[in-house]
Amino acid sequence: MRLSKLGAGLLATTILGASAASAQDVTLTIESWRNDDLVLWQDVIIPAFEAQHPGINVEFTPSAPAEYNAVLNSKLDAGSAGDLITCRPFDASLALYENGHLADLSDLDAMGNFSPVAQSAWQTDDGSATFCVPMASVIHGFIYNAEAFRELGLEEPETVDDFFAVLDAIAEDGGYIPMAMGTADQWEAATMGYNNIGPNYWQGEEGRLGLIAGEQSLTDEQWVAPFRQLARWGDYLGRGFQAQTYPDSQNLFTLGRAAIYPAGSWEITGFNAQADFEMGAFPPPVPNDGDECYISDHTDIAIGLNAASPNAEAARSFLEWVGSEEFATIYANALPGFFSLSDFSVEMEDPLAQEFVSWREECQSTIRSTYQILSRGTPNLENETWNASAQVIRGAEAPEDAATRLQEGLASWYAPQQ
Amino acid sequence: MKPPRIRWHILVFLAPALLVYTTIMIFPLFNTLRLALFDEVDQARVFVGLDNFRTLFGDPRWSASFWNALGNNFWFFVIHMLVQNPIGILLAAILSHPRLRFAALYRTAIFVPTILSFVIVGFAWKLILSPIWGIAPEMMDSVGLGDFFQPWLGLEGTALTTLALISVWQFVGIPLMLIYAALLSIPEEILEAGECDGITGAAAFWKIKLPLILPSIGIISILTFVGNFNAFDLIYAAQGALAGPDFSTDILGTFMYRTFFGFQLQLGDPHMGSAIASAMFAIILIGVCIYLFGIQTRLRRYQF
Repeated sequence: MRLSKLGAGLLATTILGASAASAQDVTLTIESWRNDDLVLWQDVIIPAFEAQHPGINVEFTPSAPAEYNAVLNSKLDAGSAGDLITCRPFDASLALYENGHLADLSDLDAMGNFSPVAQSAWQTDDGSATFCVPMASVIHGFIYNAEAFRELGLEEPETVDDFFAVLDAIAEDGGYIPMAMGTADQWEAATMGYNNIGPNYWQGEEGRLGLIAGEQSLTDEQWVAPFRQLARWGDYLGRGFQAQTYPDSQNLFTLGRAAIYPAGSWEITGFNAQADFEMGAFPPPVPNDGDECYISDHTDIAIGLNAASPNAEAARSFLEWVGSEEFATIYANALPGFFSLSDFSVEMEDPLAQEFVSWREECQSTIRSTYQILSRGTPNLENETWNASAQVIRGAEAPEDAATRLQEGLASWYAPQQ
Repeated sequence: MKPPRIRWHILVFLAPALLVYTTIMIFPLFNTLRLALFDEVDQARVFVGLDNFRTLFGDPRWSASFWNALGNNFWFFVIHMLVQNPIGILLAAILSHPRLRFAALYRTAIFVPTILSFVIVGFAWKLILSPIWGIAPEMMDSVGLGDFFQPWLGLEGTALTTLALISVWQFVGIPLMLIYAALLSIPEEILEAGECDGITGAAAFWKIKLPLILPSIGIISILTFVGNFNAFDLIYAAQGALAGPDFSTDILGTFMYRTFFGFQLQLGDPHMGSAIASAMFAIILIGVCIYLFGIQTRLRRYQF
């Protein structure tokens, strides 16, 4: 492995002199699912760290996103996992911590740079131990083709009525597919649909925590209303959206054939590279004019320490650095759309990323409703929500029926909802 | 009387295959069956007897998923039996016609999809049938059938049948080859004797060739059955582990995969997964037994 990093090695030697490759060197290996970011880690992030920490080499060894959890679990069980583990939010990482695979990082100095909400995705339920250093969140909203909007004389919609007026206007013109989304892969319907527009109805954290506490039910109006809106989306998606996959939707939008794309901010990098038109973004429209707005600002990625790592000390110094302002700035600018969770105010250059992050000032942040605690049992609420959202958009299930089904499934195993 | 000599060479020649087969097939099979009798409680594995099966068949949610997957699996199998095997036999009959030109070319062309990976087949057909970039909508448009195009893979009513037909396209080469070989092995004398009795053309096929290839058809049926009830790859490649839309393409393989390895926020449950795998094993075992004892023993074989 070390030979394959010849390029990085050469770079390091030019900076640090020939002594860098001495025998006391520690090599840290990072497990990750972000294989898209391989070049970024190798060319930007790791050299920046290694320049300040002679004697520590870092290797980024990602696996495919869909296989990451399974691969990581087998590696941890076999004792062959890397020193640093990229953490999925909530239960997947919590299970690793409870099984003794992740070390408690509560005593890390850098933890002071993160708010309790930012840490919540990588804490025990009682908040007593934090086991991963938060790296980034993703924000949901809608990205649109600004040139198409200008051509049709449209403005960013503020309310749900405006939103459908805009969609109607695009549909009437006929030059663009109003909105690019399909239901073949199902997850977009829940992630970019239900959990994108929903917080405006269930009022963000209030509704989410109410659901966890058992004070609210998925059949309450504020949880059914997002399904009612989704049921109207079907008319504005392209022909054959039932078989349209996630990459299909991305391509439809970046080729300029669709005007609006229900998005997560992680799309920004790809869209900047693919689309040759000007893009804008607007937050999920509020139900009534003047309502407070809520956005899904989802804690998505963090990094923790393999409890069995022989290089714990070096790994801790890497984690301290991940919690620093320098890392936050490098990461947020190298990957526009992945926003730092730290308390530092990070300057970003990408206009679209700036637009997304500006909503944090105007709106209240929340995370996806199904991620914390509620997807611990069988049936799994998150997976059921994919199915229900896709069904509602296809018109195969009424919003009320979908909500009832989800509630029954949740109540079947979650005591506070019984 | 001399005691019978131990024939060591038999043992020596059997040993490698037996060893390999035991370690990679028989041991995992029994270990899976064993795993189905356990559950994890407070991070410790405890013996629970048949509890997992009680959950699988007794809990309304689990059993609904199971019967849905089993029903879909039967439909998948029925399509193969009704479409793949008759077409395979028909093609074999045509190909074995002595005056057909380019027979080797057709044979190869039809067999090639069989050696393609499921991922390639799933992806290629997804693209062909894509309502956005696919060539299917335009091809249908060009012959005036454009209005009949539907996003078949995305509709609950048609997705499973579409996938079954894709699988038929991929595997029609297998029955073709087996039947073709059986047809070629029929001696000319028998057909000539039939001709003398006035049995020619189609009648020769129905009255002479078909009875002679029945054992091959039996083998193909059982291979199809086992293959279909173990199927997983194509559905996973084309529709993902959630087997959408609304589980209408969920078969036992994808159901087992989702349960065993987990999916998205659903953590894997090896014990319930093993219970489903055991149920699959039982279904296939019963099917094969019915064939072996109910059908194969009654098939009449002819020696030439």
